[in-house]
Amino acid sequence: MTVNMGPQHPSTHGVLRLVLELDGEFIQSVMPTIGYLHTGIEKTAEQKKWQQVVPLVERMDYLAAQSNSLAYVLAVEKLLGLTMPKRVDDIRVILAELQRLASHLIWLGTHAMEIGAVSMLFYAVRERELLLNINELIAGFRFFPSYFRVGGLREDLPRGFHEAVNAFLDRFPGKIDEFEGLLTKNDIFRRRTEGVGALTLEDAFQWGLVGPIARACGSDYDVRKYFPYCGYESYDFQIPTATEGDVYARYRVRVAEMRESVKICRQAIQRISPTGAFACDDTRVVPPPKDKVYTEMEALIQHFLIYSQGFTVPAGDAYVPVEGPRGEHGCYIVSDGSNRPWRVKMRAPSFMAIQALPSIVKGGLIADVVAVIGSNDVVMGDCDR
Amino acid sequence: MESAAVIEILQSAVPGAAYEVGHNVDMPTIYVPAGSLVATCGALRDHPMLQFNVLLEVTAADYLPRDPRFEVVYHLLSVPKRQRLRLKVRVGANGSVPTVQSVWRGAGWPEREVWDMFGIVFDNHGDLRRLLMPEDWEGHPARKDYPVQIRKAAQTYEPLEVSEAEFRANIERDRLKRH
Repeated sequence: MTVNMGPQHPSTHGVLRLVLELDGEFIQSVMPTIGYLHTGIEKTAEQKKWQQVVPLVERMDYLAAQSNSLAYVLAVEKLLGLTMPKRVDDIRVILAELQRLASHLIWLGTHAMEIGAVSMLFYAVRERELLLNINELIAGFRFFPSYFRVGGLREDLPRGFHEAVNAFLDRFPGKIDEFEGLLTKNDIFRRRTEGVGALTLEDAFQWGLVGPIARACGSDYDVRKYFPYCGYESYDFQIPTATEGDVYARYRVRVAEMRESVKICRQAIQRISPTGAFACDDTRVVPPPKDKVYTEMEALIQHFLIYSQGFTVPAGDAYVPVEGPRGEHGCYIVSDGSNRPWRVKMRAPSFMAIQALPSIVKGGLIADVVAVIGSNDVVMGDCDR
Repeated sequence: MESAAVIEILQSAVPGAAYEVGHNVDMPTIYVPAGSLVATCGALRDHPMLQFNVLLEVTAADYLPRDPRFEVVYHLLSVPKRQRLRLKVRVGANGSVPTVQSVWRGAGWPEREVWDMFGIVFDNHGDLRRLLMPEDWEGHPARKDYPVQIRKAAQTYEPLEVSEAEFRANIERDRLKRH
């Protein structure tokens, strides 16, 4: 029997369409169809100035906006040869980790809801609300802050940032305990997840899967440890792993990751002074401070040039990976030396995860498809771009 | 490990292939001729000093009007060696590249995407269909000569067709804006 699942199906995380060939309740084959959310962001980016691309790439993986923009911003800075002040790196780390928490919370809520624990969604989204409030505080925009800019940050931290983050960090570990109390030893949850959708490490790497999926199979590969960026090497944190490679192992890895993110945030927030440098001092890229624009001719010209023509980036290409919530978010940019990108390409972890889906669920039960999609944590905006 | 060191290892594993070091700021970059791509990738994956066991992505860039026009780009990762590598293959306007699915199974969809977006053919791919664009789509949107916006009045019943003149006018309008 052929069953069409999606694109309008509540458990396909957006607009993924699966054509399932069934034998009774067992899956013979799966054919995923993607592209319903293809918006041509990469093509659009080629028409924009370098700085204008930041809000565009944030809309790719809409649950991990700042992870996308961090990869893009770091890639452009690589070509420009910029190094950031320590404070900027620390603020970027803390926002990237809060973004990971926000994304994992949506994953946890939807994943658990889809396999029966409906109330989890309310608990998870309630905590995420606090993270969105922090986004609103720094940028006035809850989903896509565009706070990371090429050359630093958009502006200095607002008053109350430390209090908001600390309040969240004090509250959140207890909430993770609460989530785990609801799920980790829950018999129904474990029966739906243990041994389901198991993947070996070799298969994961063959399919190009890195990140939480590979870590649930026993790999300790994490960009933050293997190729540190933004000073991650100076933080004390662990990379949680599991060996079973099934849906339950991915659940445990992600929940443990949330605890590690809290640890990183605690260390980062102590390093950040409430005011200080929020951008590098390269005058090609960063506009001069406003008081100088009003008093100095040179600064006024520079300000005008940056906001009208933008800045140029030396010709060449760069690929910079960051560890996003779903795995390696990498940004590949090509510059022809002008003020607009020649090519922008994001490596999308969800894209690879959906490609591997047929081989993971083949031979399993139809109800397991929902569990596997949820545990792979696919975001269609990330997949289709 | 630098590009030259990787090339040295590769040349003993794949005799006769002409590699070239690519300019780079972030990771070793090697130009590989399309003819020896599959053998090179096999060596990169299996050689004990390289062990590039993950293909992270396949993408391309269109360097119109340069000739050869396209570069197909592969980003590789060696988890055991903590090493990254970028392979580039130069492809002409009507050229093709062999698929590397026999080396990394995960190459299937990224290659399909490159075909869909750029029209670069992957030989022996086996499933080279549209991936992101609709099945009946014509053209390859990421190419540089693909117009970004076409101004036309809304048509409901006739299919959207663009004349040669309209197409060129759109490209010109774009280029003027660019600089």
